[in-house]
Amino acid sequence: MLDLATQASLLDIRNVCRSFPKGSGADLLVLERVDLTIHAGEIVGLLGRSGSGKSTLLRIIAGLIAPSSGDARCRGETIKGPPNGVAMVFQSFALFPWLTVLQNVELGLEALGIDSAERRTRALAAIDLIGLDGFESAYPKELSGGMRQRVGFARALVVHPDLLLMDEPFSALDVLTAETLRTDLIDLWIEGRLPIKSVLMVTHNIEEAVLMCDRILVFSSNPGRVAAEIKIDLPHPRNRLDPTFRQLVDSIYARMTQRAEPKTPAIEGIHGTGVGMILNHISSNVLSGLIETLAGPPYNGHADLPVLANHLQLEADDIFHLGEALQLLRFAQLSEGDLMLTDAGKRFAHLETDARKKLFAEHLLNFVPVIGLIRRVLDERPSHTAPAARFRNELEDYMSEDYADETLKTIVSWGRYSELFAYDEQSELFSLENPH
Amino acid sequence: MAFQDFRPAALGQALRPNIWDVVALILVIGAMVLIVYGGEQTTAPLSALEVTPVSLDPANLPLYALRTTLRMLLAIVCSIIFTFAYAALAAKSRRAEMVLIPLLDILQSVPILGFLTFTVVFFMNLFPGRVFGAELACVFAIFTSQAWNMTFSMYQSIRNVPKDLEEASLSFHLSGWQRFWRLDVPFAMPGLIWNTMMSMSGGWFFVVASEAITVGNTTVMLPGIGSYVALGIQKQDLPAIGYAILTMLLVIIAYDQLLFRPVVAWADKFRFEQTASASAPDSWMLDLFRRTRALRALSVPFAALRRAVSNWQIAWPARLKLKMASRGSGPPSRLVDALWIALVIAATGYAAWRIHRYLSATLGLADLLAAVGYGLITLARVVVLIALATLIWVPVGVWIGLRPKLAERIQPLAQFLAAFPANLAFPVFVVVIVRYGLNPNIWLSPLMILGTQWYILFNVIAGASAFPTDLREAAGSFHLRGWRWWIKVILPGIFPYYITGAITASGGSWNASIVAEVASWGDTHLTATGIGAYIAAATETGDFPRVVLGIAVMCILVTLFNRLLWRPLYAFGERRLRLG
Repeated sequence: MLDLATQASLLDIRNVCRSFPKGSGADLLVLERVDLTIHAGEIVGLLGRSGSGKSTLLRIIAGLIAPSSGDARCRGETIKGPPNGVAMVFQSFALFPWLTVLQNVELGLEALGIDSAERRTRALAAIDLIGLDGFESAYPKELSGGMRQRVGFARALVVHPDLLLMDEPFSALDVLTAETLRTDLIDLWIEGRLPIKSVLMVTHNIEEAVLMCDRILVFSSNPGRVAAEIKIDLPHPRNRLDPTFRQLVDSIYARMTQRAEPKTPAIEGIHGTGVGMILNHISSNVLSGLIETLAGPPYNGHADLPVLANHLQLEADDIFHLGEALQLLRFAQLSEGDLMLTDAGKRFAHLETDARKKLFAEHLLNFVPVIGLIRRVLDERPSHTAPAARFRNELEDYMSEDYADETLKTIVSWGRYSELFAYDEQSELFSLENPH
Repeated sequence: MAFQDFRPAALGQALRPNIWDVVALILVIGAMVLIVYGGEQTTAPLSALEVTPVSLDPANLPLYALRTTLRMLLAIVCSIIFTFAYAALAAKSRRAEMVLIPLLDILQSVPILGFLTFTVVFFMNLFPGRVFGAELACVFAIFTSQAWNMTFSMYQSIRNVPKDLEEASLSFHLSGWQRFWRLDVPFAMPGLIWNTMMSMSGGWFFVVASEAITVGNTTVMLPGIGSYVALGIQKQDLPAIGYAILTMLLVIIAYDQLLFRPVVAWADKFRFEQTASASAPDSWMLDLFRRTRALRALSVPFAALRRAVSNWQIAWPARLKLKMASRGSGPPSRLVDALWIALVIAATGYAAWRIHRYLSATLGLADLLAAVGYGLITLARVVVLIALATLIWVPVGVWIGLRPKLAERIQPLAQFLAAFPANLAFPVFVVVIVRYGLNPNIWLSPLMILGTQWYILFNVIAGASAFPTDLREAAGSFHLRGWRWWIKVILPGIFPYYITGAITASGGSWNASIVAEVASWGDTHLTATGIGAYIAAATETGDFPRVVLGIAVMCILVTLFNRLLWRPLYAFGERRLRLG
């Protein structure tokens, strides 16, 4: 292992901000004043919810997008375009389907202008290292997901980068495959066989971060900034069932549920100001199912999030979305990594379909300002119809187009379930024409 | 060499020829000899055409077929080069895109034979007294029938390159040139090949129409199947027409088997999908070349050369790099944009003024109204014909498509019929019309759709074969039958496919109208009223202002027809009715 203190920093991020143009008016701030330094010999994790800007930060470091302000340096040089000595592994693998495994791995070397003999030697060595022997002449579509991501790793390692960037590299794989790949990678890392100095990985999987990283930066959302830095001193190989491991995971869950609150301003009880709230699309079926699960044994209205996530086979990110939706609707309360049903939530669990819809509608009107607004507009207009564009524009004052789309989709789906209003997809019109 | 350290054991064996090498070698050398032989003929002086005019002796047909085929080949090569350059420029430069893409849209709707009128004079003057000039004019006419949809396909592919692959190629420091050959071109390949095949089918129609060129007093007959047919019509020689049809049949089969099948089978690896498909296309020709040993070994240096070329470190203004720079320092220069747009507007205005001056010198408002009137008549014809073809081929296509065994056999036939130049069958129609004294205004019309109706058929077959079995079973179990089944189940299911076919058929019919509204058999000339006949008549008398007016009117009508009818229908089908 390398001695951290004597090494100069590989990567220096100072005060980096990044904003994107929004549907209307001012830009949307995604990253706010982020600082990050990476030294040789460490694995650093960027952990955060989707939309916390961690992927944006990774792309700034990879030189794929430029920061709006601040200073990003790699090995002392300002990053303008993809820096030398940095290679990236993609969530979607990003393999060229018309190139064989060998050709895919050689691609990065060809771009560097390395002659064919050395190219071949190095590519075969990387393929060997990552356990792809025998697959050299296969095309990506002939491989399983795990094997494809191995090609992704080989392609990145073959250029012998100082810094390896990984963008949620295991999230497109099934649980077993992901675990094998993680362990293989960590084994190679601690044996010092990887031709790299440091790793920076983006993830929203808390356990994965604790399992692999020496240091975790926890990001908060809207705008993304570093909320906490956690050092993990556990020796490799780490055991998920180790009490210290569990404790770390629990504490990160707790920290992340704390930080989730600024996203839902209406919680403070100020009605009418929360129109710009981002609503993640969660089906009313899933919400009902979750409430029933929480109400029944063994939880009896109170669940530990990591346990619940494990039970439901959900990623941390998904369970946060669910918990937040319930919290927003006042069917449950999130705090310190726990999820507790409110009285309304308990009542909901025992109601029949129609009564549930009534209760759901009541809560929507009271606690989701934008739905209240739509209903008011529909009631006031003599035609009892309103185009979706009217509300979309309003949403886009607060959020990006993608989020506005997602929020609108949620509104439509919840509105339909609660029978508060109807929506015609073709004419993009809200109306009160629910056939009663 | 690149392959040596990879499979050293195989190399010694690789050089020993096998039986497949012999077959492949004969095919390759044969193709070379034919190309050289055919090429030599084009350098002859123009007077040679008068010494040995096109004759109806069937013994000449193989040579004529060769000349026609070479013209097609040359045109397709030009189209591909044009496509690469034009599409790359349009996709990579935002300012070029503003002009190039609308321009392409218009070019697509200009009747192809319209180009011939203008270019024949130009090319003849380029090589005075040589056959080569006329050959070039003919090749150019074919090129204009092929290039546009290929370019569109490539442009759209380049613009839709998956984001992650784009990031990967940037992140691994691929230069713009490398990226173009390693990412853009392979990704565009399947669409490009499909469009090339479609273009080829269309091209046969126009090669036959453009070999015998008459503009004003100039008449040139290039040796080829088209001229042969033209002469056959002039001489009222029905057996000759039969021979020509037979030759064409063989040529198209050869093209399909020797060129397109292997290319399609080879290009299967470029299809952008992450799972292996059940049935990959195959080709005996490709298998043959893949089984050869010596030839494959010989091809290694070529592959290495290709790699070397694609690895040239040429900087290229990649879009992402532009974005990268512009995000840092404000939006892209507004001033340059404004100047550029001003320049484009000025150029357009000047061109409009020139056109107005040119046309108003000889033509008045009455001529314009007349041309528009003719245009509307042809429009009515196209609409009626598409409707009729729909009524006939949709039920037939559905019936075939739902029977997989049958569809497998009929599908290539329908594609073949689409490639077959329908103008070869025109004389038959004319003979019938003359014999029974039928009204040419009605009975010449079917000629317009003769060649293009097959697009409707094979697209509907494709749609019906792709219709999910579970939906059919569901419909069956709910006892949906008769009209209800057609309207609720199968028609929505095949709609996107049908629209694709109908758009192609309608575009082809417009183009064919110039040839189809005027038909002759010996001294008998039949004319139907319409914009096609209007342009054809103007071309024959060398009346350029009327040719320009006719083409402009047709162009506008086609564009409007596409924008107002087909595009909305296509968008609707893609949005609401696309299955899976």
